[in-house]
Amino acid sequence: MSTADNIPQKPVLQTVIMHNAEADAQLYSGSEILLKTLVDLGVDTIFGYPGGAVLPIYDTLFSNNDIRHILIRHEQAGTHAADGYSRATGKPGVVLATSGPGGTNTVTGIATAMMDSIPLVVLSGQVPTSVIGNDAFQEADIVGITRPITKQNYLVRDVNNLEHVLKEAFHIATHGRPGPVLVDLPKDMLNTKTKYAGLDNNVDIPSFKPTLYGHHPQITKAAEMLSNAKKPLIYVGGGAILGNAWEEVTAFAEHLNIPVTTTLMGLGAFPESKPQSLGMLGMHGTWYANMAMTECDVLIAVGARFDDRVTGRLNGFSQNSRKIHIDIDPSCIGKNVDVEVPIVGDVKHVIPAINKLATPPKIDEWWATIHKWQREHPLVVPKAVDKIYPQHMVKMISEVTNGNAIVVTDVGQHQMWAAQHYHFNHPRSWISSGGLGTMGYGFPAAMGAAIAYPDRDVVCITGDGGFQMSSYELATAVEYKIPVKIALMNNNCLGMVRQWQQLFYEKRYSYSVFGSNNPDFVKMAESYGCLGLRAENPEQLKSVLEQAMAIKDAPVLMDIRVVEEENCYPMVPSGAALFEMVESDEEAGK
Amino acid sequence: MSNPVSVKQPKHTLSVLVKHNLNTLSRIIGIFSSKGFELDSVTFAAEAEPGMARMTITTRGDEKTVEQINKLLYNVVDVLKVINLTHKKSIERELAIVKVSTVKSGRPEIMLIAQAFQAKVIDITSDKLALEVTGNSDKVDAMIEVLKPYGIVAMSRTGSVALKREFQGAVNIN
Repeated sequence: MSTADNIPQKPVLQTVIMHNAEADAQLYSGSEILLKTLVDLGVDTIFGYPGGAVLPIYDTLFSNNDIRHILIRHEQAGTHAADGYSRATGKPGVVLATSGPGGTNTVTGIATAMMDSIPLVVLSGQVPTSVIGNDAFQEADIVGITRPITKQNYLVRDVNNLEHVLKEAFHIATHGRPGPVLVDLPKDMLNTKTKYAGLDNNVDIPSFKPTLYGHHPQITKAAEMLSNAKKPLIYVGGGAILGNAWEEVTAFAEHLNIPVTTTLMGLGAFPESKPQSLGMLGMHGTWYANMAMTECDVLIAVGARFDDRVTGRLNGFSQNSRKIHIDIDPSCIGKNVDVEVPIVGDVKHVIPAINKLATPPKIDEWWATIHKWQREHPLVVPKAVDKIYPQHMVKMISEVTNGNAIVVTDVGQHQMWAAQHYHFNHPRSWISSGGLGTMGYGFPAAMGAAIAYPDRDVVCITGDGGFQMSSYELATAVEYKIPVKIALMNNNCLGMVRQWQQLFYEKRYSYSVFGSNNPDFVKMAESYGCLGLRAENPEQLKSVLEQAMAIKDAPVLMDIRVVEEENCYPMVPSGAALFEMVESDEEAGK
Repeated sequence: MSNPVSVKQPKHTLSVLVKHNLNTLSRIIGIFSSKGFELDSVTFAAEAEPGMARMTITTRGDEKTVEQINKLLYNVVDVLKVINLTHKKSIERELAIVKVSTVKSGRPEIMLIAQAFQAKVIDITSDKLALEVTGNSDKVDAMIEVLKPYGIVAMSRTGSVALKREFQGAVNIN
């Protein structure tokens, strides 16, 4: 086994020699090279927080007009904001944090992005190379800490490599299955001067060549299976959004007239206004989507990864279907569920190729069955005149925004209700932490989306639990006039935890109820200089929503008091199969 | 690493060509530690081509597990090539240094065993012998088993290094 000693290290740059040899070339500091490279790569916005190790970068930023720097109030929120910016635009999000705690604060945000395959580039400060490993002030081994939650990461030890490393980082973050990449920048690298090479943005990495086009015989086989299917189903995941393939997926489903269900991450990849849409499947999916998954005979998974929240109990999952799986990451195929036709490739290329070869299957009977299910088991919205039910709240937001808003959520009951009841017709308009399930994600991610699209309505549907994990970002939203509309579904408890405790722990509500210990959210907003509104009945809700949506240049916080002990259904109980889902408290036996 | 249940799983030898840096080594070890795969031995050293290194990894698992390991190795950005040598003709060697007590039996008996395994005596003291043995892992295992009753004081094994055999026809020169 080799050790650090016998790994060759490139010699540190000899600035003096460089200077003599290239007397005419202009020299730039590492900080200047960093910002020049970011501009080269098309970065216009970064989210950051200053500190000792990154002072050289902040000094360069002080007189820089090419990059907009948003001063967030916590590096975790900054990472979520960059993530939200990326999900809304498709461009990589960029975060800048100082060494030590600055870097470690980004960890939850990086892990969130990793689980949902979001392209991020995290720039972290580091103590000078001369003291790395000496437990210097604000030193943390952030490359080591983030190794399992990044697609790749770097410690820059030679300023001559800086531009190349950054361009490679952006290339890796955005190509193949996207993901976060961290670049650690020791302070001396930021001060050392060298010339700027102006390398090509398209970096060639021999060891990194994602497969895009799919294996042709497999594509032919998939087309044949779909053309001859009796009960086919298209199951679309976040890969269709990340791969910008919603048009291809829509054309494919409409041409073959096959029902489509999307995962939580795939919402918006296929318009819910189309007759083929069955909405979301999984733990809180629609009854008919879960039954279609159970009963189908040919299943095509499109950029989805058979997550446990989608499959339920594996030995009860879609037992009679022949499965086709398209994914750009080969390690996702066959990981949880065995498939007959694996296709490694980009959805954007593979789906049109299958569509060209396939003919619409004859599935009138299948459609008749599905329509019967849809009539018999619709999503339920409780009716009430004097109280606000959470489902009703989401439906009203959907109506007031005409289904055109960018909806960003935290994690829990409100997230599932938003996924079920907001009418999603547009891609990149649903932003939610799916894989990691990060509370506190919603509000900063919504800020990132609103900064990217100042002219679109951005609604952050959050809960009283999740919002309190990043409420301090109200200061940022007010400072930059970020017009996020926070619809706080306030049930004075951690609703999803409480629901599980009700259903599976005999209503022993252990540490899940805030009750009157919650702050006055309206006053909280006002203390930051943000408009705070409150709604306690459906009538007030409508006027509060209309008032908030009319404001286009400032954040608004709406404290919406909803029915506290409402549960989210349908629900596939933990350990149950999809077809064992329950639709009400009565059916759950509680 | 030493889950007794999965010791019965078939052994696989993977030869992995990587960029020569510690981040890559850590990422590869991380696949095994974070996903709970078996790891019998790992070697990591420079390749002939500058900047490159070769790893030989011996692991245990069914075909599906090893296929998943293979895919995850390829997901590491700095991994260029993974060859599963298990179903190929390969050349494999391991070296071990074994210190054996000579108190029970005296030197000649142990030296006879060493001779049978073509092991060399590389250190000798009043009550111990150090033997150097080279061969495939099975041979090294076999010699260690034979020496155990005499009292192994200490030993150090390199783990397997392996390459694909150029001639894939039938040969037996192990």
